[in-house]
Amino acid sequence: MDIAFLITAAAILAGAAGAMAARSVVHCALCGVVAFASLAVAFLQLRAEFVGFAQLLVYVGAVAILIVVALLLTRNFEATHEALSFRPWALGLAIALLVSGAVVSAILGSGLGVGAPPSAPPPTVKAIGDLLMTRYVVALEAMGVLLTVALIGAALVALRENGPGRPAKPGEQGSVAGRLEE
Amino acid sequence: MIAGVPPSAATMFEALDQLFVSLKHWLVGQLPPAWQSWVSLAISAAAILGVFMTLFALTVLIERKGLGRIQNRYGPNRVGPWGLLQPIADLIKMLTKEDLVPSGADRVVHFVAPVVMVVPVLMAYAVIPIGRNMAAVDFNAGLLFFFAVGACIELAVFMAGWSSRNKYSLLGGMRAIAQMISYELPLILSTLPVVMLAGSLSLVDITDAQAGHSGGWLARWHVFTPWGLAGLLLFTVAATAESNRAPFDLPEGESEIIAGHLVEYSGIKYALFFIGEYLGMFAVSALGITLFLGGWRAPVIWLEWVPSYMWFFLKLGGFVALFIWLRGTLPRLRADHLMNLAWKFLLPLVLLNAVSAALWHYTAPWTFVGAGLARWLLCGSLVGVPYVLLGRRLFAGQHIGPRTYRMAA
Repeated sequence: MDIAFLITAAAILAGAAGAMAARSVVHCALCGVVAFASLAVAFLQLRAEFVGFAQLLVYVGAVAILIVVALLLTRNFEATHEALSFRPWALGLAIALLVSGAVVSAILGSGLGVGAPPSAPPPTVKAIGDLLMTRYVVALEAMGVLLTVALIGAALVALRENGPGRPAKPGEQGSVAGRLEE
Repeated sequence: MIAGVPPSAATMFEALDQLFVSLKHWLVGQLPPAWQSWVSLAISAAAILGVFMTLFALTVLIERKGLGRIQNRYGPNRVGPWGLLQPIADLIKMLTKEDLVPSGADRVVHFVAPVVMVVPVLMAYAVIPIGRNMAAVDFNAGLLFFFAVGACIELAVFMAGWSSRNKYSLLGGMRAIAQMISYELPLILSTLPVVMLAGSLSLVDITDAQAGHSGGWLARWHVFTPWGLAGLLLFTVAATAESNRAPFDLPEGESEIIAGHLVEYSGIKYALFFIGEYLGMFAVSALGITLFLGGWRAPVIWLEWVPSYMWFFLKLGGFVALFIWLRGTLPRLRADHLMNLAWKFLLPLVLLNAVSAALWHYTAPWTFVGAGLARWLLCGSLVGVPYVLLGRRLFAGQHIGPRTYRMAA
Protein backbone atom coordinates (compact mmCIF):
# COMPACT_ATOMS: atom_id res chain seq x y z
CA MET A 1 0.00 0.00 0.00
CA ASP A 2 1.35 3.39 -0.87
CA ILE A 3 1.17 6.56 1.16
CA ALA A 4 -1.30 8.29 -1.15
CA PHE A 5 -3.84 5.51 -0.62
CA LEU A 6 -3.35 5.60 3.15
CA ILE A 7 -3.96 9.35 3.26
CA THR A 8 -7.08 9.00 1.11
CA ALA A 9 -8.40 6.12 3.19
CA ALA A 10 -7.81 8.08 6.38
CA ALA A 11 -9.72 11.04 4.89
CA ILE A 12 -12.64 8.82 3.90
CA LEU A 13 -12.83 7.27 7.35
CA ALA A 14 -12.42 10.60 9.11
CA GLY A 15 -15.20 12.11 7.00
CA ALA A 16 -17.52 9.18 7.68
CA ALA A 17 -16.76 9.24 11.40
CA GLY A 18 -17.35 12.98 11.48
CA ALA A 19 -20.66 12.56 9.71
CA MET A 20 -21.70 10.16 12.47
CA ALA A 21 -20.32 12.04 15.42
CA ALA A 22 -20.87 15.74 14.70
CA ARG A 23 -23.47 17.49 16.83
CA SER A 24 -24.74 19.97 14.27
CA VAL A 25 -26.63 18.49 11.32
CA VAL A 26 -24.88 20.81 8.86
CA HIS A 27 -21.51 19.63 10.16
CA CYS A 28 -22.65 16.06 9.57
CA ALA A 29 -23.51 16.94 5.97
CA LEU A 30 -20.18 18.71 5.41
CA CYS A 31 -18.23 15.79 6.89
CA GLY A 32 -20.15 13.57 4.51
CA VAL A 33 -18.91 15.76 1.67
CA VAL A 34 -15.32 15.16 2.82
CA ALA A 35 -15.96 11.40 2.65
CA PHE A 36 -17.57 11.67 -0.82
CA ALA A 37 -14.74 13.79 -2.22
CA SER A 38 -12.04 11.53 -0.74
CA LEU A 39 -13.79 8.56 -2.30
CA ALA A 40 -13.54 10.32 -5.67
CA VAL A 41 -9.79 10.71 -5.07
CA ALA A 42 -9.58 6.98 -4.29
CA PHE A 43 -11.26 6.20 -7.62
CA LEU A 44 -8.76 8.46 -9.39
CA GLN A 45 -5.89 6.58 -7.74
CA LEU A 46 -7.32 3.41 -9.25
CA ARG A 47 -7.11 5.18 -12.64
CA ALA A 48 -10.90 5.18 -12.94
CA GLU A 49 -11.16 8.75 -14.27
CA PHE A 50 -14.77 8.62 -15.32
CA VAL A 51 -16.05 7.07 -12.09
CA GLY A 52 -14.01 9.51 -10.01
CA PHE A 53 -15.33 12.59 -11.79
CA ALA A 54 -18.87 11.23 -11.83
CA GLN A 55 -18.59 10.58 -8.09
CA LEU A 56 -17.55 14.19 -7.54
CA LEU A 57 -20.25 15.58 -9.82
CA VAL A 58 -23.10 13.44 -8.49
CA TYR A 59 -22.26 13.17 -4.80
CA VAL A 60 -20.70 16.55 -4.07
CA GLY A 61 -22.57 18.48 -6.74
CA ALA A 62 -26.00 16.94 -6.34
CA VAL A 63 -26.46 14.67 -3.32
CA ALA A 64 -24.65 16.89 -0.82
CA ILE A 65 -26.45 19.97 -2.16
CA LEU A 66 -29.77 18.12 -1.91
CA ILE A 67 -29.07 17.24 1.74
CA VAL A 68 -28.08 20.80 2.50
CA VAL A 69 -31.16 22.28 0.84
CA ALA A 70 -33.41 19.81 2.61
CA LEU A 71 -31.83 21.02 5.87
CA LEU A 72 -32.33 24.66 4.93
CA LEU A 73 -36.03 24.04 4.27
CA THR A 74 -36.49 22.29 7.62
CA ARG A 75 -37.66 24.23 10.63
CA ASN A 76 -35.17 24.49 13.51
CA PHE A 77 -32.39 22.77 11.64
CA GLU A 78 -29.92 24.91 13.55
CA ALA A 79 -30.77 23.16 16.81
CA THR A 80 -27.88 20.97 17.87
CA HIS A 81 -28.72 17.68 19.48
CA GLU A 82 -27.10 16.51 22.64
CA ALA A 83 -26.92 12.91 21.49
CA LEU A 84 -27.65 11.61 18.03
CA SER A 85 -26.34 8.26 19.17
CA PHE A 86 -28.21 5.10 18.50
CA ARG A 87 -29.23 3.52 21.79
CA PRO A 88 -29.25 -0.26 21.25
CA TRP A 89 -25.51 -0.67 20.69
CA ALA A 90 -25.61 -4.40 20.10
CA LEU A 91 -28.20 -4.05 17.32
CA GLY A 92 -26.22 -1.30 15.60
CA LEU A 93 -23.01 -3.27 15.81
CA ALA A 94 -24.71 -6.41 14.46
CA ILE A 95 -26.13 -4.53 11.45
CA ALA A 96 -22.76 -2.90 10.75
CA LEU A 97 -21.00 -6.26 10.86
CA LEU A 98 -23.65 -7.89 8.68
CA VAL A 99 -23.45 -5.20 5.99
CA SER A 100 -19.66 -5.00 5.91
CA GLY A 101 -19.43 -8.79 5.95
CA ALA A 102 -21.77 -9.01 2.96
CA VAL A 103 -19.77 -6.39 1.05
CA VAL A 104 -16.40 -7.97 1.82
CA SER A 105 -17.57 -11.47 0.92
CA ALA A 106 -19.05 -10.16 -2.32
CA ILE A 107 -15.72 -8.54 -3.23
CA LEU A 108 -13.70 -11.61 -2.32
CA GLY A 109 -16.06 -13.91 -4.20
CA SER A 110 -16.22 -11.74 -7.32
CA GLY A 111 -13.20 -13.40 -8.90
CA LEU A 112 -11.20 -10.17 -9.03
CA GLY A 113 -7.61 -11.01 -8.31
CA VAL A 114 -6.94 -9.75 -4.82
CA GLY A 115 -3.69 -7.83 -4.77
CA ALA A 116 -2.98 -8.58 -8.43
CA PRO A 117 -1.89 -5.54 -10.44
CA PRO A 118 -4.30 -4.44 -13.18
CA SER A 119 -3.17 -5.83 -16.53
CA ALA A 120 -5.55 -4.23 -19.02
CA PRO A 121 -5.33 -0.47 -19.66
CA PRO A 122 -8.05 1.56 -17.93
CA PRO A 123 -11.20 1.75 -20.04
CA THR A 124 -11.72 5.05 -21.81
CA VAL A 125 -14.86 7.13 -21.48
CA LYS A 126 -15.70 6.12 -25.02
CA ALA A 127 -15.62 2.42 -24.12
CA ILE A 128 -17.87 3.03 -21.12
CA GLY A 129 -20.27 5.01 -23.30
CA ASP A 130 -20.33 2.27 -25.95
CA LEU A 131 -21.19 -0.35 -23.34
CA LEU A 132 -23.89 1.85 -21.78
CA MET A 133 -25.49 2.39 -25.18
CA THR A 134 -25.34 -1.25 -26.31
CA ARG A 135 -25.14 -3.93 -23.64
CA TYR A 136 -26.58 -1.99 -20.69
CA VAL A 137 -29.01 0.20 -22.60
CA VAL A 138 -32.08 -1.26 -20.86
CA ALA A 139 -30.70 -0.49 -17.42
CA LEU A 140 -29.78 3.01 -18.54
CA GLU A 141 -33.22 3.69 -20.00
CA ALA A 142 -34.95 2.27 -16.93
CA MET A 143 -32.90 4.60 -14.76
CA GLY A 144 -33.83 7.54 -16.98
CA VAL A 145 -37.54 6.69 -16.71
CA LEU A 146 -37.23 6.36 -12.94
CA LEU A 147 -35.60 9.78 -12.62
CA THR A 148 -38.18 11.36 -14.93
CA VAL A 149 -41.00 9.90 -12.85
CA ALA A 150 -39.34 11.26 -9.70
CA LEU A 151 -39.00 14.70 -11.31
CA ILE A 152 -42.65 14.81 -12.41
CA GLY A 153 -43.78 13.55 -9.02
CA ALA A 154 -41.77 16.23 -7.26
CA ALA A 155 -43.26 18.92 -9.50
CA LEU A 156 -46.78 17.61 -8.72
CA VAL A 157 -46.11 17.59 -4.99
CA ALA A 158 -44.89 21.16 -5.26
CA LEU A 159 -48.05 22.18 -7.14
CA ARG A 160 -50.43 20.62 -4.59
CA GLU A 161 -49.21 22.77 -1.75
CA ASN A 162 -50.81 25.88 -3.23
CA GLY A 163 -54.06 24.20 -4.17
CA PRO A 164 -54.84 22.32 -7.36
CA GLY A 165 -53.78 23.81 -10.64
CA ARG A 166 -52.21 26.92 -9.21
CA PRO A 167 -48.48 27.24 -9.79
CA ALA A 168 -46.36 27.65 -6.69
CA LYS A 169 -45.30 31.17 -5.96
CA PRO A 170 -41.60 31.89 -6.11
CA GLY A 171 -39.62 31.65 -2.92
CA GLU A 172 -42.14 29.40 -1.21
CA GLN A 173 -40.85 26.18 0.18
CA GLY A 174 -42.72 23.79 -2.06
CA SER A 175 -41.55 25.33 -5.28
CA VAL A 176 -37.87 25.25 -4.41
CA ALA A 177 -38.03 21.76 -2.89
CA GLY A 178 -39.83 20.40 -5.93
CA ARG A 179 -37.24 21.74 -8.27
CA LEU A 180 -34.39 20.37 -6.29
CA GLU A 181 -35.66 16.82 -6.28
CA GLU A 182 -34.21 16.25 -9.72
CA MET B 1 1.05 24.39 -42.05
CA ILE B 2 0.60 28.13 -42.33
CA ALA B 3 -0.90 29.31 -45.57
CA GLY B 4 0.17 32.36 -47.53
CA VAL B 5 3.60 33.06 -45.99
CA PRO B 6 7.09 32.09 -47.20
CA PRO B 7 8.66 29.03 -45.51
CA SER B 8 11.24 31.01 -43.50
CA ALA B 9 8.54 33.21 -42.02
CA ALA B 10 6.41 30.14 -41.37
CA THR B 11 9.20 28.61 -39.25
CA MET B 12 9.47 31.85 -37.29
CA PHE B 13 5.73 32.01 -36.65
CA GLU B 14 5.78 28.34 -35.65
CA ALA B 15 8.55 29.06 -33.15
CA LEU B 16 6.64 32.04 -31.79
CA ASP B 17 3.51 29.91 -31.44
CA GLN B 18 5.36 27.22 -29.51
CA LEU B 19 7.52 29.71 -27.57
CA PHE B 20 6.14 28.89 -24.13
CA VAL B 21 5.95 25.15 -24.80
CA SER B 22 9.60 25.03 -25.92
CA LEU B 23 10.64 27.19 -22.98
CA LYS B 24 8.99 24.78 -20.56
CA HIS B 25 10.55 21.76 -22.29
CA TRP B 26 13.98 23.37 -22.11
CA LEU B 27 13.55 24.24 -18.42
CA VAL B 28 12.35 20.74 -17.54
CA GLY B 29 15.14 19.19 -19.61
CA GLN B 30 17.75 20.83 -17.36
CA LEU B 31 16.59 18.78 -14.39
CA PRO B 32 17.25 15.18 -13.30
CA PRO B 33 14.68 12.77 -14.81
CA ALA B 34 13.13 11.89 -11.45
CA TRP B 35 11.95 15.48 -10.99
CA GLN B 36 10.81 16.17 -14.51
CA SER B 37 7.15 15.19 -14.33
CA TRP B 38 6.62 17.05 -11.04
CA VAL B 39 8.40 20.21 -12.17
CA SER B 40 6.52 20.12 -15.47
CA LEU B 41 3.20 20.13 -13.63
CA ALA B 42 4.40 22.80 -11.21
CA ILE B 43 5.42 25.07 -14.08
CA SER B 44 2.02 24.64 -15.74
CA ALA B 45 0.24 25.41 -12.47
CA ALA B 46 2.41 28.48 -11.84
CA ALA B 47 1.78 29.74 -15.38
CA ILE B 48 -1.99 29.32 -15.03
CA LEU B 49 -1.97 31.02 -11.64
CA GLY B 50 0.19 33.92 -12.81
CA VAL B 51 -1.60 34.56 -16.09
CA PHE B 52 -5.15 34.34 -14.82
CA MET B 53 -4.48 36.32 -11.63
CA THR B 54 -3.01 39.10 -13.76
CA LEU B 55 -6.02 38.89 -16.03
CA PHE B 56 -8.23 39.11 -12.95
CA ALA B 57 -6.52 42.29 -11.75
CA LEU B 58 -6.78 43.86 -15.21
CA THR B 59 -10.42 42.82 -15.61
CA VAL B 60 -11.46 44.37 -12.32
CA LEU B 61 -9.85 47.63 -13.40
CA ILE B 62 -11.37 47.50 -16.88
CA GLU B 63 -14.76 46.60 -15.46
CA ARG B 64 -14.72 49.55 -13.06
CA LYS B 65 -13.58 51.82 -15.86
CA GLY B 66 -16.14 50.42 -18.28
CA LEU B 67 -19.04 50.58 -15.83
CA GLY B 68 -17.96 54.11 -15.03
CA ARG B 69 -18.14 55.08 -18.69
CA ILE B 70 -21.52 53.38 -19.11
CA GLN B 71 -22.81 55.34 -16.10
CA ASN B 72 -21.29 58.59 -17.35
CA ARG B 73 -18.51 58.92 -14.77
CA TYR B 74 -14.75 58.42 -14.86
CA GLY B 75 -14.10 55.30 -12.80
CA PRO B 76 -10.80 54.88 -10.93
CA ASN B 77 -8.28 57.44 -12.21
CA ARG B 78 -6.21 58.48 -9.18
CA VAL B 79 -3.68 55.68 -8.57
CA GLY B 80 -0.98 55.71 -11.24
CA PRO B 81 -1.48 56.85 -14.83
CA TRP B 82 -5.16 56.43 -15.86
CA GLY B 83 -5.71 54.53 -12.61
CA LEU B 84 -3.60 51.60 -13.85
CA LEU B 85 -2.16 50.88 -10.40
CA GLN B 86 -5.62 50.62 -8.81
CA PRO B 87 -5.48 46.76 -8.54
CA ILE B 88 -2.27 47.01 -6.48
CA ALA B 89 -3.83 49.58 -4.19
CA ASP B 90 -6.88 47.33 -3.82
CA LEU B 91 -4.70 44.36 -2.99
CA ILE B 92 -2.84 46.25 -0.27
CA LYS B 93 -6.14 47.46 1.14
CA MET B 94 -7.58 43.92 1.19
CA LEU B 95 -4.47 42.47 2.83
CA THR B 96 -4.29 45.06 5.57
CA LYS B 97 -7.97 45.12 6.46
CA GLU B 98 -9.07 43.46 9.68
CA ASP B 99 -10.31 39.91 9.28
CA LEU B 100 -13.66 40.01 11.08
CA VAL B 101 -15.47 36.85 12.14
CA PRO B 102 -18.93 37.30 13.71
CA SER B 103 -19.07 36.07 17.30
CA GLY B 104 -21.94 33.72 16.50
CA ALA B 105 -20.29 32.32 13.41
CA ASP B 106 -19.11 28.79 12.88
CA ARG B 107 -15.42 29.65 12.80
CA VAL B 108 -14.08 26.59 11.00
CA VAL B 109 -16.65 26.53 8.20
CA HIS B 110 -16.41 30.32 7.89
CA PHE B 111 -12.65 29.96 7.41
CA VAL B 112 -12.80 27.04 4.97
CA ALA B 113 -15.50 28.46 2.66
CA PRO B 114 -13.27 30.93 0.71
CA VAL B 115 -10.71 28.17 0.15
CA VAL B 116 -13.38 25.80 -1.16
CA MET B 117 -14.43 28.61 -3.49
CA VAL B 118 -11.02 29.30 -5.07
CA VAL B 119 -9.33 25.90 -5.22
CA PRO B 120 -11.84 24.07 -7.49
CA VAL B 121 -11.95 27.05 -9.87
CA LEU B 122 -8.18 26.96 -10.24
CA MET B 123 -8.31 23.20 -10.77
CA ALA B 124 -10.77 23.68 -13.63
CA TYR B 125 -8.10 25.52 -15.67
CA ALA B 126 -6.02 22.35 -15.82
CA VAL B 127 -8.05 20.93 -18.70
CA ILE B 128 -8.45 24.10 -20.79
CA PRO B 129 -6.24 24.16 -23.92
CA ILE B 130 -4.93 27.74 -23.89
CA GLY B 131 -2.93 27.31 -27.09
CA ARG B 132 -1.58 24.65 -29.42
CA ASN B 133 -0.07 21.94 -27.13
CA MET B 134 -0.88 24.17 -24.16
CA ALA B 135 -3.30 22.21 -21.96
CA ALA B 136 -1.87 21.41 -18.52
CA VAL B 137 -3.43 17.93 -18.54
CA ASP B 138 -5.46 16.19 -21.23
CA PHE B 139 -8.01 14.12 -19.36
CA ASN B 140 -10.01 11.54 -21.21
CA ALA B 141 -13.06 13.02 -19.48
CA GLY B 142 -11.90 16.65 -19.34
CA LEU B 143 -15.34 18.19 -19.73
CA LEU B 144 -16.72 16.02 -16.94
CA PHE B 145 -13.77 17.08 -14.75
CA PHE B 146 -14.58 20.74 -15.44
CA PHE B 147 -18.19 20.37 -14.32
CA ALA B 148 -17.27 18.10 -11.40
CA VAL B 149 -14.95 20.64 -9.83
CA GLY B 150 -17.37 23.43 -10.74
CA ALA B 151 -20.02 21.71 -8.63
CA CYS B 152 -17.91 22.31 -5.51
CA ILE B 153 -18.47 26.06 -5.80
CA GLU B 154 -22.13 25.72 -4.85
CA LEU B 155 -21.04 24.09 -1.64
CA ALA B 156 -18.64 26.96 -0.90
CA VAL B 157 -21.44 29.49 -1.28
CA PHE B 158 -23.66 27.47 1.02
CA MET B 159 -20.86 27.16 3.60
CA ALA B 160 -20.30 30.91 3.51
CA GLY B 161 -24.00 31.65 3.77
CA TRP B 162 -24.70 29.26 6.59
CA SER B 163 -21.59 29.71 8.73
CA SER B 164 -21.98 33.49 8.99
CA ARG B 165 -25.14 33.19 11.15
CA ASN B 166 -26.67 36.14 9.41
CA LYS B 167 -30.11 36.07 7.85
CA TYR B 168 -28.97 37.96 4.76
CA SER B 169 -26.12 35.52 4.33
CA LEU B 170 -28.45 32.56 4.63
CA LEU B 171 -30.89 34.08 2.14
CA GLY B 172 -28.05 34.73 -0.28
CA GLY B 173 -26.77 31.19 0.13
CA MET B 174 -30.22 29.72 -0.52
CA ARG B 175 -30.74 31.89 -3.57
CA ALA B 176 -27.32 30.93 -4.87
CA ILE B 177 -27.95 27.20 -4.49
CA ALA B 178 -31.39 27.35 -6.12
CA GLN B 179 -30.00 29.38 -9.01
CA MET B 180 -26.84 27.39 -9.57
CA ILE B 181 -28.62 24.02 -9.50
CA SER B 182 -31.26 25.27 -11.91
CA TYR B 183 -28.75 26.64 -14.40
CA GLU B 184 -26.29 23.78 -14.12
CA LEU B 185 -28.74 21.64 -16.05
CA PRO B 186 -29.01 23.87 -19.17
CA LEU B 187 -25.28 24.60 -18.93
CA ILE B 188 -24.27 20.95 -19.04
CA LEU B 189 -26.93 20.01 -21.57
CA SER B 190 -25.91 22.85 -23.90
CA THR B 191 -22.48 21.22 -24.19
CA LEU B 192 -24.08 17.88 -25.10
CA PRO B 193 -24.28 18.48 -28.91
CA VAL B 194 -20.57 19.29 -28.99
CA VAL B 195 -19.71 16.05 -27.21
CA MET B 196 -22.08 14.15 -29.50
CA LEU B 197 -20.51 15.40 -32.70
CA ALA B 198 -16.88 15.58 -31.56
CA GLY B 199 -17.24 12.09 -30.07
CA SER B 200 -15.05 12.93 -27.10
CA LEU B 201 -15.14 14.49 -23.65
CA SER B 202 -11.52 15.60 -23.91
CA LEU B 203 -11.27 19.35 -24.50
CA VAL B 204 -8.13 18.88 -26.61
CA ASP B 205 -10.01 16.49 -28.90
CA ILE B 206 -12.95 18.87 -29.09
CA THR B 207 -10.61 21.66 -30.22
CA ASP B 208 -9.12 19.31 -32.81
CA ALA B 209 -12.61 18.46 -34.05
CA GLN B 210 -12.91 22.12 -35.12
CA ALA B 211 -9.77 22.02 -37.27
CA GLY B 212 -9.84 22.55 -41.01
CA HIS B 213 -11.60 25.07 -43.20
CA SER B 214 -14.87 25.12 -45.07
CA GLY B 215 -14.87 26.84 -48.45
CA GLY B 216 -11.10 27.01 -48.24
CA TRP B 217 -10.93 29.93 -45.84
CA LEU B 218 -13.51 29.92 -43.01
CA ALA B 219 -12.61 27.86 -39.92
CA ARG B 220 -14.85 24.93 -39.02
CA TRP B 221 -15.81 26.30 -35.62
CA HIS B 222 -18.93 24.82 -34.11
CA VAL B 223 -20.47 28.26 -33.90
CA PHE B 224 -20.73 28.32 -37.70
CA THR B 225 -23.40 25.60 -37.58
CA PRO B 226 -27.04 26.19 -36.54
CA TRP B 227 -26.76 24.01 -33.45
CA GLY B 228 -23.41 25.57 -32.56
CA LEU B 229 -24.79 29.10 -32.80
CA ALA B 230 -27.86 28.23 -30.72
CA GLY B 231 -25.65 26.24 -28.35
CA LEU B 232 -23.27 29.15 -27.84
CA LEU B 233 -26.13 31.55 -27.07
CA LEU B 234 -27.79 29.13 -24.64
CA PHE B 235 -24.44 28.30 -23.09
CA THR B 236 -23.64 31.98 -22.59
CA VAL B 237 -26.95 32.66 -20.84
CA ALA B 238 -26.55 29.63 -18.57
CA ALA B 239 -22.89 30.47 -17.92
CA THR B 240 -23.77 34.04 -16.92
CA ALA B 241 -26.25 32.68 -14.41
CA GLU B 242 -23.89 29.98 -13.21
CA SER B 243 -21.15 32.50 -12.47
CA ASN B 244 -23.67 34.75 -10.65
CA ARG B 245 -22.99 37.69 -12.95
CA ALA B 246 -25.47 40.47 -13.63
CA PRO B 247 -28.31 40.25 -14.66
CA PHE B 248 -28.37 36.99 -12.66
CA ASP B 249 -26.68 38.40 -9.54
CA LEU B 250 -29.59 37.66 -7.22
CA PRO B 251 -27.46 35.80 -4.65
CA GLU B 252 -25.56 39.01 -4.02
CA GLY B 253 -28.30 41.52 -4.81
CA GLU B 254 -26.75 44.53 -3.06
CA SER B 255 -30.02 46.46 -2.97
CA GLU B 256 -32.03 43.56 -1.53
CA ILE B 257 -29.81 41.41 0.66
CA ILE B 258 -26.70 43.62 0.84
CA ALA B 259 -24.35 41.08 -0.84
CA GLY B 260 -25.84 37.84 0.49
CA HIS B 261 -23.27 35.27 1.50
CA LEU B 262 -20.50 37.87 1.45
CA VAL B 263 -22.01 40.10 4.17
CA GLU B 264 -19.83 38.80 6.99
CA TYR B 265 -16.60 38.50 5.06
CA SER B 266 -13.88 41.12 5.08
CA GLY B 267 -10.27 41.56 4.09
CA ILE B 268 -8.52 38.81 2.21
CA LYS B 269 -11.33 36.26 2.70
CA TYR B 270 -13.71 38.57 0.87
CA ALA B 271 -11.03 39.04 -1.77
CA LEU B 272 -10.81 35.26 -2.20
CA PHE B 273 -14.53 35.07 -2.97
CA PHE B 274 -14.12 37.94 -5.39
CA ILE B 275 -11.19 36.19 -7.08
CA GLY B 276 -13.12 32.93 -7.17
CA GLU B 277 -16.06 34.56 -8.91
CA TYR B 278 -13.93 36.24 -11.57
CA LEU B 279 -11.78 33.20 -12.18
CA GLY B 280 -14.98 31.18 -12.46
CA MET B 281 -16.24 33.61 -15.08
CA PHE B 282 -12.97 33.29 -17.05
CA ALA B 283 -13.04 29.50 -16.75
CA VAL B 284 -16.58 29.16 -18.04
CA SER B 285 -15.82 31.63 -20.85
CA ALA B 286 -12.75 29.58 -21.73
CA LEU B 287 -14.94 26.50 -21.85
CA GLY B 288 -17.37 28.26 -24.19
CA ILE B 289 -14.46 29.31 -26.41
CA THR B 290 -13.12 25.76 -26.50
CA LEU B 291 -16.48 24.16 -27.21
CA PHE B 292 -17.96 26.56 -29.75
CA LEU B 293 -15.43 29.16 -30.87
CA GLY B 294 -12.65 26.85 -31.99
CA GLY B 295 -10.51 27.17 -28.87
CA TRP B 296 -7.15 28.64 -29.85
CA ARG B 297 -7.82 28.35 -33.60
CA ALA B 298 -7.86 31.33 -35.96
CA PRO B 299 -11.20 32.28 -37.56
CA VAL B 300 -9.91 32.56 -41.14
CA ILE B 301 -7.02 30.88 -42.92
CA TRP B 302 -5.13 34.14 -43.59
CA LEU B 303 -4.73 34.84 -39.87
CA GLU B 304 -3.22 31.51 -38.87
CA TRP B 305 0.21 33.10 -38.37
CA VAL B 306 -1.01 34.83 -35.20
CA PRO B 307 0.11 32.69 -32.21
CA SER B 308 -2.58 30.36 -30.90
CA TYR B 309 -2.57 31.72 -27.34
CA MET B 310 -3.14 35.22 -28.70
CA TRP B 311 -6.36 34.01 -30.31
CA PHE B 312 -7.45 32.36 -27.10
CA PHE B 313 -6.95 35.46 -24.99
CA LEU B 314 -8.49 37.69 -27.67
CA LYS B 315 -11.65 35.58 -27.53
CA LEU B 316 -11.53 35.56 -23.73
CA GLY B 317 -11.26 39.34 -23.80
CA GLY B 318 -14.35 39.43 -26.00
CA PHE B 319 -16.29 37.35 -23.49
CA VAL B 320 -15.15 39.55 -20.60
CA ALA B 321 -16.18 42.68 -22.49
CA LEU B 322 -19.59 41.11 -23.15
CA PHE B 323 -20.05 40.33 -19.46
CA ILE B 324 -19.11 43.88 -18.46
CA TRP B 325 -21.45 45.30 -21.06
CA LEU B 326 -24.31 43.10 -19.84
CA ARG B 327 -23.67 44.14 -16.25
CA GLY B 328 -23.77 47.80 -17.17
CA THR B 329 -26.93 47.43 -19.25
CA LEU B 330 -29.40 44.90 -17.86
CA PRO B 331 -31.41 45.17 -14.63
CA ARG B 332 -31.46 42.25 -12.20
CA LEU B 333 -34.02 39.47 -12.77
CA ARG B 334 -36.77 38.63 -10.31
CA ALA B 335 -36.47 35.25 -8.57
CA ASP B 336 -39.49 33.66 -10.29
CA HIS B 337 -38.46 35.01 -13.70
CA LEU B 338 -35.06 33.47 -13.09
CA MET B 339 -36.55 30.03 -12.42
CA ASN B 340 -39.00 30.28 -15.31
CA LEU B 341 -36.18 31.15 -17.70
CA ALA B 342 -34.15 28.12 -16.65
CA TRP B 343 -36.85 25.47 -16.50
CA LYS B 344 -39.46 26.54 -19.04
CA PHE B 345 -37.28 28.21 -21.63
CA LEU B 346 -33.62 27.17 -21.60
CA LEU B 347 -34.18 23.52 -20.75
CA PRO B 348 -36.54 22.69 -23.68
CA LEU B 349 -34.33 24.64 -26.06
CA VAL B 350 -31.10 22.88 -25.08
CA LEU B 351 -32.81 19.51 -25.49
CA LEU B 352 -34.11 20.49 -28.93
CA ASN B 353 -30.66 21.75 -29.80
CA ALA B 354 -29.28 18.26 -29.22
CA VAL B 355 -31.87 16.91 -31.67
CA SER B 356 -30.90 19.63 -34.11
CA ALA B 357 -27.24 18.62 -33.83
CA ALA B 358 -28.14 14.99 -34.54
CA LEU B 359 -30.13 16.10 -37.60
CA TRP B 360 -27.17 18.18 -38.79
CA HIS B 361 -24.94 15.15 -38.43
CA TYR B 362 -27.22 12.81 -40.37
CA THR B 363 -27.94 15.29 -43.18
CA ALA B 364 -24.20 15.75 -43.80
CA PRO B 365 -24.19 13.40 -46.86
CA TRP B 366 -26.72 15.60 -48.73
CA THR B 367 -25.15 16.75 -51.97
CA PHE B 368 -27.92 18.34 -54.07
CA VAL B 369 -27.80 22.02 -55.02
CA GLY B 370 -28.59 24.22 -52.04
CA ALA B 371 -28.12 21.38 -49.58
CA GLY B 372 -26.21 23.63 -47.20
CA LEU B 373 -29.03 26.17 -47.12
CA ALA B 374 -31.63 23.44 -46.65
CA ARG B 375 -29.70 21.95 -43.75
CA TRP B 376 -29.34 25.36 -42.16
CA LEU B 377 -33.07 26.07 -42.51
CA LEU B 378 -34.08 22.63 -41.24
CA CYS B 379 -31.76 22.50 -38.22
CA GLY B 380 -32.14 26.19 -37.46
CA SER B 381 -35.93 26.07 -37.49
CA LEU B 382 -35.86 23.12 -35.09
CA VAL B 383 -34.54 25.51 -32.45
CA GLY B 384 -35.74 28.83 -33.87
CA VAL B 385 -39.46 28.03 -34.15
CA PRO B 386 -39.75 26.67 -30.56
CA TYR B 387 -37.81 29.76 -29.43
CA VAL B 388 -40.46 32.05 -30.88
CA LEU B 389 -43.40 29.90 -29.74
CA LEU B 390 -42.05 29.43 -26.20
CA GLY B 391 -41.27 33.11 -25.92
CA ARG B 392 -44.77 34.08 -27.04
CA ARG B 393 -46.41 31.60 -24.71
CA LEU B 394 -44.38 32.65 -21.69
CA PHE B 395 -45.03 36.32 -22.34
CA ALA B 396 -48.76 35.71 -23.01
CA GLY B 397 -50.97 37.79 -20.75
CA GLN B 398 -48.11 40.02 -19.69
CA HIS B 399 -48.00 43.58 -20.82
CA ILE B 400 -44.55 44.17 -22.15
CA GLY B 401 -44.24 47.72 -23.31
CA PRO B 402 -42.27 50.87 -22.79
CA ARG B 403 -41.47 51.48 -19.14
CA THR B 404 -43.66 54.04 -17.41
CA TYR B 405 -42.28 56.16 -14.62
CA ARG B 406 -44.76 56.98 -11.87
CA MET B 407 -42.48 58.25 -9.13
CA ALA B 408 -39.65 59.82 -11.06
CA ALA B 409 -40.28 62.73 -13.35
